[in-house]
Amino acid sequence: MTRAVAVDQMFVTLNHALVAYVPAVWRPLASAVLGVVTVMVVFLTLFALTVLLERKGLGRMQNRYGPNRVGPWGILQPVADGIKAIIKEDVVPQSADHAVHFLAPVLIVVAAFLNYAVIPVGRGMALTDLNAGVLFFFAISSMVELGVFMAGWASRSKYSLFGAMRAIAQMISYEVPMLLAATATVMVAGTLSTTRIVEMQATYTGQIPHWFVLTPWGFTGFCLFMVAATAESNRSPFDLPEGESEIVAGYFIEYSGFKFALFFIGEYLGMMATSAMAITLFLGGWSAPLACLQWFPTWGWFFVKLVALLCGFIWMRGTLPRLRMDQLMNFSWKFLLPMTLVNLVATGLWRFLPVGWERWLICGALVVVPYALLGRSINWQGRKVAVRRYRYAE
Amino acid sequence: MLGRGIVEGMLETARNFLGSYVSRERLTTVQYPEERLAHIENARSFPFLVYDGADWQAGMRCVSCQICEKECPPKCIYIEKSVDKKPDAVGRPQNYPKVFNIDVSVCMSCQICVEVCPFDAIKMDVEYELGAHDRFGGLLLDKQRLSKSNEYYHRIHPTEAAAVDAALAEERAKMQAKQQAAAAAAAAKAAAPVAATPSAAIPSAPATEGKA
Repeated sequence: MTRAVAVDQMFVTLNHALVAYVPAVWRPLASAVLGVVTVMVVFLTLFALTVLLERKGLGRMQNRYGPNRVGPWGILQPVADGIKAIIKEDVVPQSADHAVHFLAPVLIVVAAFLNYAVIPVGRGMALTDLNAGVLFFFAISSMVELGVFMAGWASRSKYSLFGAMRAIAQMISYEVPMLLAATATVMVAGTLSTTRIVEMQATYTGQIPHWFVLTPWGFTGFCLFMVAATAESNRSPFDLPEGESEIVAGYFIEYSGFKFALFFIGEYLGMMATSAMAITLFLGGWSAPLACLQWFPTWGWFFVKLVALLCGFIWMRGTLPRLRMDQLMNFSWKFLLPMTLVNLVATGLWRFLPVGWERWLICGALVVVPYALLGRSINWQGRKVAVRRYRYAE
Repeated sequence: MLGRGIVEGMLETARNFLGSYVSRERLTTVQYPEERLAHIENARSFPFLVYDGADWQAGMRCVSCQICEKECPPKCIYIEKSVDKKPDAVGRPQNYPKVFNIDVSVCMSCQICVEVCPFDAIKMDVEYELGAHDRFGGLLLDKQRLSKSNEYYHRIHPTEAAAVDAALAEERAKMQAKQQAAAAAAAAKAAAPVAATPSAAIPSAPATEGKA
């Protein structure tokens, strides 16, 4: 067990050992810089890995090979992509607002990286243990919207502006259910600190962990959160802001070279950050899925869960076609939002009902019944399809 | 219930994902430089000149009548007619192209030159890997690069080449019969040289044929 703990804490120990070389006054700063650099390196590597996984996985889902030319089995494809992005010409439209045009991708990437400050990657491995960590996360992740609109506006292109407006409409619409889904966990945990939330879930009854996803409200909350997170990170099937078939590339159409790559990085980092938040809030953060599996390092469990969720994102992208704008809005305001509100009621009941099967039954019914009813109300397959009439065109 | 279609779709993509690792038939991609599909018989890329026998210069079917040059819509064929006449395989003196160039970067593979050629001298090739570093030298194919043997033609378009060979053999037989008749007539007359033979040979046309 002691060896397991040593492996588990090896990065913390290493950090302490390295920081000890620095004069005492500079130690907090050195520790912070070390942590930030590590997070940047680790998550950029994971970004490269995700891109490769996505391209290979999507290829296989469409019965293609995917990239297989650069390096053995194409594993060096992200490196080639990176080199290509760096050496490409960086074209800025003449009438663009140059300063804002430059700042937009930077802002998006910075906002995406700031999210990781409050994610507990392992036991005692959060960069900062804010007591309002969840709040910080959502505040920072809404900065991405600003970056997106800056990009769309500064490009001086109608496609850009369309894309940006779509993106803003979508991200604001889906931020509400995302926040409300996260609120359920905060209500039960009674804290906004991500570290505390994970610690509460890292206890076991027998072999079963106390993950919030293993409760009716937690499961509902997790699903709603993930759907909203997909829309929030502009991923398929909610990739209307990008919409390459109708507005070519949306808000980053006027970007080329490394700035384009920054948008790409920002999108993936945002996706990983929201996945990490979902893990923290519902999937027990770094805790092992069974009590007997606790010998595996906690940071290992975190990344296993993260990659699993990313694979889920890729799988979804390979399956679903893009929504229409009205479907997107209907889905958010007529389905997700009521469901999150109902889920909040279920969470409250769960908190105050006595422990037992009645609690499961009541809370379960409280989320399943509205799900079925709301699902029927937005089910457009059941509607009659009529020939569209144009009143004035004939 | 809402979500059933999504689950079904996810199962379908999962089946594709796993299936692509199990059965090779799912992966329709041809890994081009390493493997390639056999070309279909009617495939065509750019024209080439057919020659009979072993020597490409002696056996060249082209008599430089320049019909293809005149008919070519993008004007990618350039022919210089020879002033002298080389004896073809039959032994009759015929013109031959001193220069025959096709700029394949201009050629649009319309096959009109093939259709107008009365001598079956120009046919469509299937070669498509013609990449070159020099657009002017590398893609301007000269007489030597354009010349390909009748065996090669048989290899790439067997049915068409067999039909061409049969037609040529028939015409050659007709020609020989006519020559024999003319020779017999000449022997019978035994006096005046027959002037009819060359003028009779031109419309029937296969005088440029090699014997082989």
